[in-house]
Amino acid sequence: MSINKDTIKKISKLARISVTNEETDRLEKDLNSILKFVEQLKKLNTDKITPIASVSDQLLTMSEDEVKKINEKKEILQNAPDKNTNYYIVPKVIE
Amino acid sequence: MTDLAKLTLVESIKHIKEKKCSASELVGAYIKRIEKSDKLNCFNTKDLENAHSKAKKIDTNQKLDKTLVGAPIAVKDLFCTKGVKTTASSKILSNFIPTYESTVTEKLWNEDAILIGKLNSDEFAMGSSNETSNFGNVLNPYRLNNQNLVPGGSSGGCASAVAADLTSATIGTDTGGSIRQPAAFTGIVGLKPTYGRCSRWGIVAFASSLDQAGPMTKDVKDAALMLDVISGYDEKDSTSAKKPKSSFLNSIKSNVKGLKVGIPKEYRVDNMPKEVDDLWKEGIKILKDNGAIIKDISLPHTKYALPTYYIIAPAEASSNLARYDGVKYGFRAEGKDLTEMYENTRSKGFGTEVKRRIMIGTYVLSSGYYDAYYLKAQKVRNLIKIDFDNAYKNVDVILTPTTPTPAFKFGENVDDPIAMYLNDIFTVTANLAGLPAISLPIKYNKDGLPLALQLFGKSFDEQTLLNTAYFIEQQVNFKSQVKDWWMS
Amino acid sequence: MSDKEFNYYISGETGKWEVVIGLEVHAQVSSNAKLFSSSSTKFGSEPNSQVSLIDAAMPGMLPVINKFCVEQAVRTGLGLKAKINLLSVFDRKNYFYADLPQGYQISQFKHPIVGEGEVILDMPYGTKKIGIERLHLEQDAGKSLHDQDPTKTFIDLNRSGVALMEIVSKPDLRSPEEVAEYIKKLRSIMRYLGTCDGNMEEGSLRADVNVSVRKIGSKEFGTRCEIKNVNSIKFMQQAIQYEAKRQVELLEDGKKIDQETRLFDTKNNETRQMRSKEDAHDYRYFPDPDLPPLKFEQTFVDQIKKKLPELPDDKKERLIKDYKLSNYEAGVLISDKDTSDYFEDVAKNSDVKLAINWVIGDLFAALNKIGKSIKESPISSKNLSKLIQLIKNNTISGRIAKEVFELMINDNRDPKVIVEEKGLVQESNVDELEKIIEKVLKDNSEKVAEYKSGKDKLFGFFVGSVIKESKGKANPALVNDILKKKLS
Repeated sequence: MSINKDTIKKISKLARISVTNEETDRLEKDLNSILKFVEQLKKLNTDKITPIASVSDQLLTMSEDEVKKINEKKEILQNAPDKNTNYYIVPKVIE
Repeated sequence: MTDLAKLTLVESIKHIKEKKCSASELVGAYIKRIEKSDKLNCFNTKDLENAHSKAKKIDTNQKLDKTLVGAPIAVKDLFCTKGVKTTASSKILSNFIPTYESTVTEKLWNEDAILIGKLNSDEFAMGSSNETSNFGNVLNPYRLNNQNLVPGGSSGGCASAVAADLTSATIGTDTGGSIRQPAAFTGIVGLKPTYGRCSRWGIVAFASSLDQAGPMTKDVKDAALMLDVISGYDEKDSTSAKKPKSSFLNSIKSNVKGLKVGIPKEYRVDNMPKEVDDLWKEGIKILKDNGAIIKDISLPHTKYALPTYYIIAPAEASSNLARYDGVKYGFRAEGKDLTEMYENTRSKGFGTEVKRRIMIGTYVLSSGYYDAYYLKAQKVRNLIKIDFDNAYKNVDVILTPTTPTPAFKFGENVDDPIAMYLNDIFTVTANLAGLPAISLPIKYNKDGLPLALQLFGKSFDEQTLLNTAYFIEQQVNFKSQVKDWWMS
Repeated sequence: MSDKEFNYYISGETGKWEVVIGLEVHAQVSSNAKLFSSSSTKFGSEPNSQVSLIDAAMPGMLPVINKFCVEQAVRTGLGLKAKINLLSVFDRKNYFYADLPQGYQISQFKHPIVGEGEVILDMPYGTKKIGIERLHLEQDAGKSLHDQDPTKTFIDLNRSGVALMEIVSKPDLRSPEEVAEYIKKLRSIMRYLGTCDGNMEEGSLRADVNVSVRKIGSKEFGTRCEIKNVNSIKFMQQAIQYEAKRQVELLEDGKKIDQETRLFDTKNNETRQMRSKEDAHDYRYFPDPDLPPLKFEQTFVDQIKKKLPELPDDKKERLIKDYKLSNYEAGVLISDKDTSDYFEDVAKNSDVKLAINWVIGDLFAALNKIGKSIKESPISSKNLSKLIQLIKNNTISGRIAKEVFELMINDNRDPKVIVEEKGLVQESNVDELEKIIEKVLKDNSEKVAEYKSGKDKLFGFFVGSVIKESKGKANPALVNDILKKKLS
């Protein structure tokens, strides 16, 4: 498998990262070399192997259904690039 | 008079507890060095005034009973620190001031350690030379013929800061070798604990199933002490482990008699420099001569570890870094609508390597490729874990070099991502299998650069790892040869 | 009841079309805290006042699952007679949206907590079984406000992270009426269980509606369109009607249906393509590395099963059996748990026949008039049962009872008190009644003569006049008896 410029555009759209044509060229080269590298895995037969998402053998611990007043609105909005007293503000969204 | 900044962490605390020096004096000694060390560029943020006042406060205390009393500690800029800028060395977080404290750093301050600053690293911990930081390169205190070298990465600022005596100890994070590799490059001790040993709460996430915080210290005892403080179950992290623990430091034993040490043949890679091979042999000899049982073992899927890692880590990262979108915090670039704002923010806010990994991660998870890449990698990850499970039926620890080479020059690997990734070839397996591993400086090569060995331990058996490392440390008697050349 | 036949088809130029509908219902779990954080789920609070660091996706924040939400999902699953999966996995669904702070939604993709189940509908043409495909837990998103500013969108994260159960039906529904019944039944089951309050105005229950059409007799499904986020039964019905017609017209024009996501425009009563149709979503689901798999023992399920309340279908059967109610009466009562509870409270201490008439008749009408639910009924079940007792033991007549009922609506007073205070106790003293009857007969001697000459119908007139004369208090049965004697 290899990645072409269209795929780069598609991925960059999915990842919400705009890329210039120049960057696309560079990414095409880099991503293909990385893919070629990781494709070594294809040599391995893993038909009977269980995939693991994590090595942790923890069971999922659960919390009680208690409301803890931890955060103030001010604290939550403090670092926002654009806000008013109540809301985060973003450029208009068209549905 | 003793140079206080040259003391180990354990010694410093003893000094303070025995009132041989005050916390203010200790902090002062470090600050004096920090102020003259801007050239190394270890710090993203310094917090010297607060450090001073906290030290004064400690000095007025009658009781000096806390474990880390008065120890000045700078931490990797990936740990969220309340009221102190936390950037992950990225432009996208360059103005982010957390309103909360990470669990592990909280544990440090609870033991009366003193925050003196936030340390530079690769951007979002993605890199092996600290060259991907938005805040510039960090220099290695060791040089090659007066030429600057990388400190390794991603915890490069941490490694250089410890080696240059700018912090009494530090904590870094290790996702594929980010504690151990820079520790090896700078002649210090770096310990990656078992996955789940330390809470990940409040640490800027890179790859959640691999990330683990751990100590980077001047010696093995310091690492044991730091691990004592930062480890433990945290109900706020669902992956943190409920394991009993005693004091690693108090239990430390310098003895390897009867210890079964595995030497994995797959780590003898092509083109390994002779000095690294010799180093490995020396390590084996030390252990063997002192009663350890050396066993040749096989970890057959080792060569697939790095490709596996470079699927899993970017996949998780692509999702973990989705939250940096210019809405809630951090940098925002304007755009005419929401989508354009996102794309501009993330394009300008992330550096090249981070974008590369997000793109790869997005690709391997995308529809049509998931099975071929991500699912495949999850399966191989299991094979790698099984390799270790099998090996540990016969051995207690595994000995390997930490890195295939000593520290290298700036720019050497930046144009070739794969060449750079190969730095993690010996370290990444521990992350994939969730195992504890420690890097220990052993000697200098002919150019005066530190070389290090790595020990892998069994899951949650950091104690054996520390014991073995402590023993080797005493045998090799590695001493810092840092020469303060950067100070004016 | 089953005299009607199913007949919902769209008549096109080429013949009749069948509408195939599947629903993805999003039901908010009735929990105090959110699915993965401890902030409140209360409706209608100040914007961004119920947002924890986790809900705002601050760097380094980690989810911890709320046990209550897991239990409610299991309860609901049991209520749907569904298979409970002892192992389920949380996945990340990755996409960017302004009110999705993490850049992903934590949901369950491959391994939901609940598998296949069923819901039984009572349609005029008989019962119909609707298959449930699955139920899984997931996080809700925040809210975007588009109408506050001409160029900006405002974001409120109060809902961000609230626990939802997504209940996916099989494509078994065939008409807007069946959809309405399905939603009502589902809501009723969840209200019985107490797992979701089903409040559609507050967004606790919404659905994505999948609609396709096919020629009658066709076995193949047509291409479906998904109408997103419809929040009332009426809108669902309107959306289906519009969408089915639109699809039939397209197909009959020889055009193709694009599989796409559409919005229901409530103003113009039509569905339309979403403008931000985001070139084919690719959600890149993968297991959330922050959350180990959710595993529990069968005993956990059994414990929950033991505490399960009686559910609508069982209750209906029991009401029919125990109270000899008609299928219709029982159906009306069980559609809402509060109603059936109320009825049983009333019937228990009074009279079944009277209770059902008063509850379904007078009480429903009165509540409807004042716009209140049975839960908010101004007349408590206790007082209504007292009123019925008063009728039953001949203390008051049915006519007086209606008067008393009207008074109770205003102040929920004890009917006994009202009756005594107003002197409304039924007159059953034969002597007293005879006096009144004498008077009435005397005052109407002409009519008495007419009656005696064969105009039987006048009997009712005499009864009415006596009751009137007694100001309604006369016991009608006694009046009848005495009158008959007097007039014979």
